[in-house]
Amino acid sequence: MSKVQVRLKVNGKVIDELVEPRTLLIHFLREHLNLTGSHIGCDTSHCGACTVDLNGKSVKSCTVFTVQAADGEVITIEGVANADGTLHALQEGFREMHGLQCGFCTPGMITRAYRLLKENPTPTEEEIRFGIAGNLCRCTGYQNIVKAIQHAAAKLAGAPFQEAAE
Amino acid sequence: MNEMTPTAEQRTEALQGLGCKRKRVEDIRFVQGRGSYVDDMKLPGMLYGDFVRSPHAHARITKIDVSKAAAVPGVIAVLTAEELKPVNLAWMPTLAGDVQMVLADGKVLYQAQEVAFVIAEHAYIAADAAELVEVEYEALPVVIDPFKAMEADAPVLREDLKGKTDGAHGKRTHHNHVFNWTIGDKEGTDTAFKKAEVSIKQLISYQRVHPCPLETCQAVASFDKIKGELTVWGTFQAPHVIRTVASLISKIPEHKIHIIAPDIGGGFGNKVGAYSGYICAIVASIVTGRPVKWVEDRIENLSSTSFARDYHMTTEIAATKDGKVTGLRVHVLADHGAFDACADPSKWPAGFFNIVTGSYDFPVALCTVDGIYTNKAPGGVAYRCSFRVTEAAYCIERAMDILAQKLGMDPADLRMKNLIRREQFPYQSALGWEYDSGDYHSALKKAMDTVGYSKLRAEQKAKQEAFKRGETRDLMGIGVAFFTEIVGAGPSRNCDILGIAMFDSAEIRIHPTGSIVARLGTKSQGQGHETTYAQIIASELGIPADDITVEEGNTDTAPYGLGTYGSRSTPVSGAATAMAARKIKAKAQMIAAHLLEVHDDDLEWDIDRFRVKGNPERFKTMKELAWAAYHGVPPGMEPGLEAVNYYDPPNMTYPFGAYVCVVDVDVDTGATKIRRFYALDDCGTRINPMIIEGQIHGGLTEAFGIAMGQEIRYDEIGNVMTASLIDYFLPTAVETPKWETDWTTTPSPHHPIGAKGVGESPNVGGVPCFANAINDAFRFLGSTHIPMPHDQWRTWMAADKLGLHA
Repeated sequence: MSKVQVRLKVNGKVIDELVEPRTLLIHFLREHLNLTGSHIGCDTSHCGACTVDLNGKSVKSCTVFTVQAADGEVITIEGVANADGTLHALQEGFREMHGLQCGFCTPGMITRAYRLLKENPTPTEEEIRFGIAGNLCRCTGYQNIVKAIQHAAAKLAGAPFQEAAE
Repeated sequence: MNEMTPTAEQRTEALQGLGCKRKRVEDIRFVQGRGSYVDDMKLPGMLYGDFVRSPHAHARITKIDVSKAAAVPGVIAVLTAEELKPVNLAWMPTLAGDVQMVLADGKVLYQAQEVAFVIAEHAYIAADAAELVEVEYEALPVVIDPFKAMEADAPVLREDLKGKTDGAHGKRTHHNHVFNWTIGDKEGTDTAFKKAEVSIKQLISYQRVHPCPLETCQAVASFDKIKGELTVWGTFQAPHVIRTVASLISKIPEHKIHIIAPDIGGGFGNKVGAYSGYICAIVASIVTGRPVKWVEDRIENLSSTSFARDYHMTTEIAATKDGKVTGLRVHVLADHGAFDACADPSKWPAGFFNIVTGSYDFPVALCTVDGIYTNKAPGGVAYRCSFRVTEAAYCIERAMDILAQKLGMDPADLRMKNLIRREQFPYQSALGWEYDSGDYHSALKKAMDTVGYSKLRAEQKAKQEAFKRGETRDLMGIGVAFFTEIVGAGPSRNCDILGIAMFDSAEIRIHPTGSIVARLGTKSQGQGHETTYAQIIASELGIPADDITVEEGNTDTAPYGLGTYGSRSTPVSGAATAMAARKIKAKAQMIAAHLLEVHDDDLEWDIDRFRVKGNPERFKTMKELAWAAYHGVPPGMEPGLEAVNYYDPPNMTYPFGAYVCVVDVDVDTGATKIRRFYALDDCGTRINPMIIEGQIHGGLTEAFGIAMGQEIRYDEIGNVMTASLIDYFLPTAVETPKWETDWTTTPSPHHPIGAKGVGESPNVGGVPCFANAINDAFRFLGSTHIPMPHDQWRTWMAADKLGLHA
C-alpha cells in the first residue's frame, strides 16, 4: 500500500514519518514510535485505554487515523510528567489514592484527566465522574480514581486535599 | 537510650509490614505508561497471527480454500486443522478432561470458533488476508437452550464423542450430556422435604457472562530452532501450569520451555485457560522459525475466549413454620458450551458449588449438577470468584429471600435465625466442607446497625403505602446478602489440576547487604502482589518492605506454583511466603546465637532483630545477620540465607461478609438508582487495608455490572448478540454507585498469618445483594423472583408484568 508523509508533534518532539493512510493513531504511537503507554482495549472507542491528547482535546486514538493528526500536537502518557522529570500531580494522585490496580486503563485515564483538569481545574465529583465516563476501568470501581483526580486538582491549585466525608 | 535510637513503634513503621496502607510499588511504572504488557513486546522478525472465525454456530465445513489469502504479499503461512494434524495439535486437552478443537476439524460448534490462522509480516496484512480465506459451510441445526439440548431428539453436537457413554466425570446419559455430579444425602434430604412444614421451589438462573478484563488475551511465541527451546510471553494467570501443558501437548521437554507472564491488564478468571490463540502462535513460530504475536480483539475475546456462569439452578428449601431451615435440594443444569473447558480443579466438575448451603446451618442437603453441551463458546471460568462460588451464593441468597417471603419474615431475621453460630466452628457443612472460622451474627448485626436497618424498613413501608395511594411511582428495595466464600484451593488431598496438586510456593533470598528478592508461583493481574507479599516478609523478617523485590511470572526463575485465581494467592502463596521466611528466621537465630555467644533459646525476636532475653542492648539486627550469613556462619553451617517453601494448605479458607443495598426503582421507566451500598467483609488478618478496600470497590463494581446488565446473549440460531462493548455492559464512573466498606476480623486458624483472601468476596456477595434489592422492591406486590440481569428494560418488564402500567 502506498504511503504518505506525516509530520506531527508528539510529546513536544517533531516526528516525520511515512505511514499507510489507514494507520490508526494508536498503532502509529505504539508500533512506529514505541510509545506503548497508550493501550488498546476494545477497538470500538468505548473503553478509552487509548486516550491521548490531540490539539488540546482528548481523543480515542483507536478511532483516529494518523493522517488526521498530521500537523497536530499529540500528548501521550509518556509526555504528561513535569518538565523537570518529576511526576505530574495526576500521576502522584493516582498512586496516593490507590487509583489503579492492573494499570491497563491508567495511561488513558490519566491522559483524559489531564485534559479534564485543564478544561475545569475545580471539578465537582459529579463533573469528574461525567468527565471520565469515556474511560472504562475493570479493577477499581472508580471511587479511588475520582479521589485521585481530586487530589491532583487540589495540588495543582496549591490547596490541601481534603477527602469528602462518606 | 539516646535520642537517635528509634523506638519500637518507629522500627515497626519503618518496615511497612502487615496491616499498613503501604503505597503500591507497581504504580510507579504504571502511572508513567511504563508497564510491560504482552502487546508491548516487539521482537526482531516478529510475525502476526489473525484468525478466520466461523459465522455459524453449528455447521459442517465442506471446503477451506486459503489460496487467495496465501497469495497476499507479506503472508507467510495459513494454518488450518489439516496443518495441525501431523503434529497432533488439531485438538487439545481441556483442563476439565474433555478435548477441544484448536482449529475447526470438519465442523464448527459455535459462532466465532477458530477456523484458520493467518500469519503475516504485519497485523494489518494478516487481517486483510484472513478476509480472503474462503470457507464453505453446510449449516446444521443449532442448540442454544440447555434444557432443549437434553431432549431425546436434540441434534448431536459432539460427533467425536459418539458412542462414548463414559466422560471424564462418569456416565453420560445423553449425546449432549457432559457429566452428572451428585453430592449429599438423598434419602435424608427427601425425608426433610416430606416432613417440611414449609417449602419453596424456584428455578434460579445465573446468566452467561464474561470477565472482560480491559486487556484481552494475547501471546508472543518464539521458538529457537537451534536450541530447540520455546519461549512464550502471554497473559497467563497460571504460567507454570501453562508450561507443563505446553510440554505435554508439544512434546518439547519442559526445561526447554520458558513461560513468561509480564504485566497483566486484569484477568478475573479469563486468563486461566489455554486458548487456540496460544497454541496457534506456538505452532506458527515452530513452523516459521520466527516469533509470532497473537492479540485478540474485544469481539473475539467476548465471543470465543471463555465465559462464566450459565447455571440454571432449581432450588428447594425445606423449613419449619417459624423459619428454621431443615433441608436444601438443588439441581443445576450447567451449560458448558461446545467443549467442557471449565477451569476447575480436576476432580470438581462443578467447582466448589457444594458451598451452596451458604452461611446457614442446614442439617441435610442434596446437590446435583448436570453439565450440558450447547452451540456456545466453551469456557466456564471463575469470573472473580472461587470455582462456581458466586453461582452458589446467588442461588442460596435468592432462595433465602424467597423463603422469607413465603414465611412472612424479614429477610435479615430469617438469616439471623439460621446463620452458623460462632461456637459451631470449625463447622462441618452438610455438603462436605469444613468452614474454618467465622462470627456471622456479629457481622450481620454490625451491618444492620450501621445502615440503620429497621429505619430503612420503616421508610420502605411508608413508601409502599404512598405507592398504593398513588402518591409516588417510586419503589424502594432493600437487599440483604450474607455470603461465605471458599477460597485458597487447595489441599492436595482433594485439589489438583491435571494431576498437579494445588500447592503454591515462595522462594526468599536475602542478599549480603540485607535486601531481598522473593519469587512466587502466583501471578498478579492487578492485585498488587509486589506490594503485599513484601509486607508479609517485612513483618516476618524485620527487613523493610522497600528493600524487598517481589517477582512472579517467569517459570525459569520462580518456584513452581499453580497461579492466581480463586483468591488463592494470599491463602496459599501468602502462607508459603510466611513459612519460607520462618525457615530463614530460624537459621538467622542460630547465626545470632553464634555471634552473641549465647544459646539459641536465650534469644527472642524483637521486630527487626534477635536480642538476648533480659538484655535488650545485646542484639543483632536482621541486616547484620544477613551480612554474617555470607562470612561468619557457625562452624558446620551452610553459608547463605535463603529458603523455599511449597505450601500444601491443610484446608480452604472461608472469608465471609454481610452486605446491604438500598435501591430506588422508577416503575414507569424501569430506571434504578443504587442509593446506598454497604459491604462488611471479614477476610481474616488484613495485610494492606488500602489494597483490600480497592479490591472490594472493584469486585462490587463487577458485581454491579453482572447483576444490573451483563449478559452474553445468543439468538436462537447462535449469533452472539453482545460481543462488543456496544452491547456488553461495563459500568462507567457515572452509573457506578459509591461504596461504603467495613470489616470484622476473624483470622483463619490454620493459615500461618491468619489471612483468608479477599479479592473475590465482593463479587460473590455483591451479585445476590443487588438482585435481592431489586426483588425486594417488588416483593410487597407478590413478585417472588425476577431473573438477572436487572437492566432498565427488564425492570420495566417486571413492573409491567405486575400490572403496574395499567
